[in-house]
Amino acid sequence: MFAAFLQYLFSGLTSGAIYALAGLGFAIIYNSSHVINFAQGEFIMIGGMATATMVAAGLPLPLAIALSMLASMMVGVALEKFAIEPARNSDVVTIIIITIGASIFLRGAAQILWDKEFHSLPAFSGETPIGVFGATLMPQSLWVFGVSGAVIVALWWFFNRTMFGKAMLGTSHNRLAAQLVGVGVKKVLLASFALSALLGAVGGVVVTPITFTNYEAGIMLGLKGFSAAVLGGLGNGGGAIVGGLIVGIAEALASGYLSSAYKDAIAFIIILFVLFFMPNGLFGKRGTDRV
Amino acid sequence: MRNLTRFGAAFVVATSVYGAAGVALAADPIKIGSILSVTGPASFLGEPEKKTLEMYVERINKDGGVQGRKVELVVYDDGGAGEKATTFTKRLIESDKVDILIGGTTTGTTMAAVPLAERGQTPFISLAGGVNIVEPVKKWVFKTPHTDRMAAEKVFSDMKKKGLTKIALISEDAGFGKSGHDQSLAVAKNFGIEIVADEVYSPKDPDVTAQLTKIKNAAGVQAVFNFGFGQGPAIVTKNFKQLGMSVPLYQSHGVASKDYIKLAGDASEGVRLPASGLVVPDQLGATDPQKPVVTAFKKDYETAFKSDVSTFAGHAYDGLQIALAAVLRAGSTDKAKVRDEIEKTSGYVGTGGLVSMSATDHMGLSPSAFHMVEIRKGDWLLSD
Repeated sequence: MFAAFLQYLFSGLTSGAIYALAGLGFAIIYNSSHVINFAQGEFIMIGGMATATMVAAGLPLPLAIALSMLASMMVGVALEKFAIEPARNSDVVTIIIITIGASIFLRGAAQILWDKEFHSLPAFSGETPIGVFGATLMPQSLWVFGVSGAVIVALWWFFNRTMFGKAMLGTSHNRLAAQLVGVGVKKVLLASFALSALLGAVGGVVVTPITFTNYEAGIMLGLKGFSAAVLGGLGNGGGAIVGGLIVGIAEALASGYLSSAYKDAIAFIIILFVLFFMPNGLFGKRGTDRV
Repeated sequence: MRNLTRFGAAFVVATSVYGAAGVALAADPIKIGSILSVTGPASFLGEPEKKTLEMYVERINKDGGVQGRKVELVVYDDGGAGEKATTFTKRLIESDKVDILIGGTTTGTTMAAVPLAERGQTPFISLAGGVNIVEPVKKWVFKTPHTDRMAAEKVFSDMKKKGLTKIALISEDAGFGKSGHDQSLAVAKNFGIEIVADEVYSPKDPDVTAQLTKIKNAAGVQAVFNFGFGQGPAIVTKNFKQLGMSVPLYQSHGVASKDYIKLAGDASEGVRLPASGLVVPDQLGATDPQKPVVTAFKKDYETAFKSDVSTFAGHAYDGLQIALAAVLRAGSTDKAKVRDEIEKTSGYVGTGGLVSMSATDHMGLSPSAFHMVEIRKGDWLLSD
């Protein structure tokens, strides 16, 4: 009985950590611009697909990872330069719609550049399951937990301890004031896209051995990541992690103890319930709008 | 886009060449219209189908066509969307004035095109699996692939042979998996099989160990049957091994491609599934009538496209052969005559099996069209 519970928990933690990692990417761009970047899932896809292709072509894994992170960053920068920057004086909503368009464009481009097949990567530390009290966990899941943890620490340090990170936060609070005290607002937005694309690529690389990847993989990861980010409170990295884990564990426990047919519904009911009482998410700051 | 322009260019060249030839020979080309899901979620089915049709139409034309008439192929990409399939079918019938329709990559797009083909009185050969395409029989509609019901029957008869009577079903809760799930439930009792656990997963779930743990703890499960395609079955297979489950694992014909073995890796060892002779041409008996057909098709496809042949490409090949043979027998492209001849198809040896259609059976495949294969050391092993 306990072994079964533990297995459901591990299942939930594995999915949850993947959602959390996807959710983290939303936080960075939201923090610097209040834009929700719906192309975030595509950054994850690009990271996974590029690495899988290069490994299949015979490149060593670390080099392939580094190159695909670079490639993804360049896509992020290009997206900001050619699609977001020309519209920088528009409403936030307009920019969000632009990112939806960008995500469709990136999926189409991936379909032509690569193919329509599924690709995989070998697990980093082998495929021998780790047994814990009768339940099992794959070593790759530990990689996903570890990387999510490392990313959250790095982000905290970046936003709280570096000048540039603070400048990014400042820009999100008051763009004009930030500009007046000498923050390069344009550079901030560019950097936030580069950073979140980089983060997406990292996520794509660590989850690909578990979920596989194809040109459409970004849709699901983007959607679940977005749910995680909203549940945790948009713009809050730690919140995205907690949100992702809650969604993942709720799904696994629901399919274990209730019915797998209702697991998606149960996850969404939890999200709706939380947002009903806490509209800013679990850890989100209360926003005030001047009317 | 690149493909589209290339196709567009080829199309312009083709029409102008045929235009000139038409004046000289005074014979109109045989026009075949095709709606395929070349992009979108079913693109891994639609793309090999399109490539196959194009390759064989080109080859037939090079060899002089059918009764001295060239074959002209018009392909539209519906992206897997029903409403686009409707629009394009309408265009094929009314403005391209095609003689025969081949296509409908998925059951959804096929069913969207069916009413138009019926109203337009145009013979239509579908490449999709759903049993509702040909049941009840529709006058103008035929299909080449095996149905999900046949796959379930094949799997259950294999289980029965091995004395496995209590099984667990785990299926994808969308499209192909859902329809397979319903058909499995419907036919299980004909084989004396009891389904003691019935779990589902979403097509893009990253982990299904929760569902499998529940199956593992269900009392008396002797085998597990997974119905789905895409990455889902590969994740099921990997999680199945992670949990150390020891009962036999069965998959459906939806994973009968090398990609599945590649994705699931070592975990796929020992998995059993129904598949057409196309995946194991070398292992078919020397007297098997399918052997020369599937061997030749596999070789043609793999030398032309440098990728593993898939059964989906075979469905398109069979559709084209059945259509052109009917035109040959009818001696014209008169739609009613061609339809009658398609229905009279008898003893055609295709990649999917032996096809003998009748007024009550517009698919014509018998259960023997499926072979049971087992995965051994990353390859298929014929095992019945």
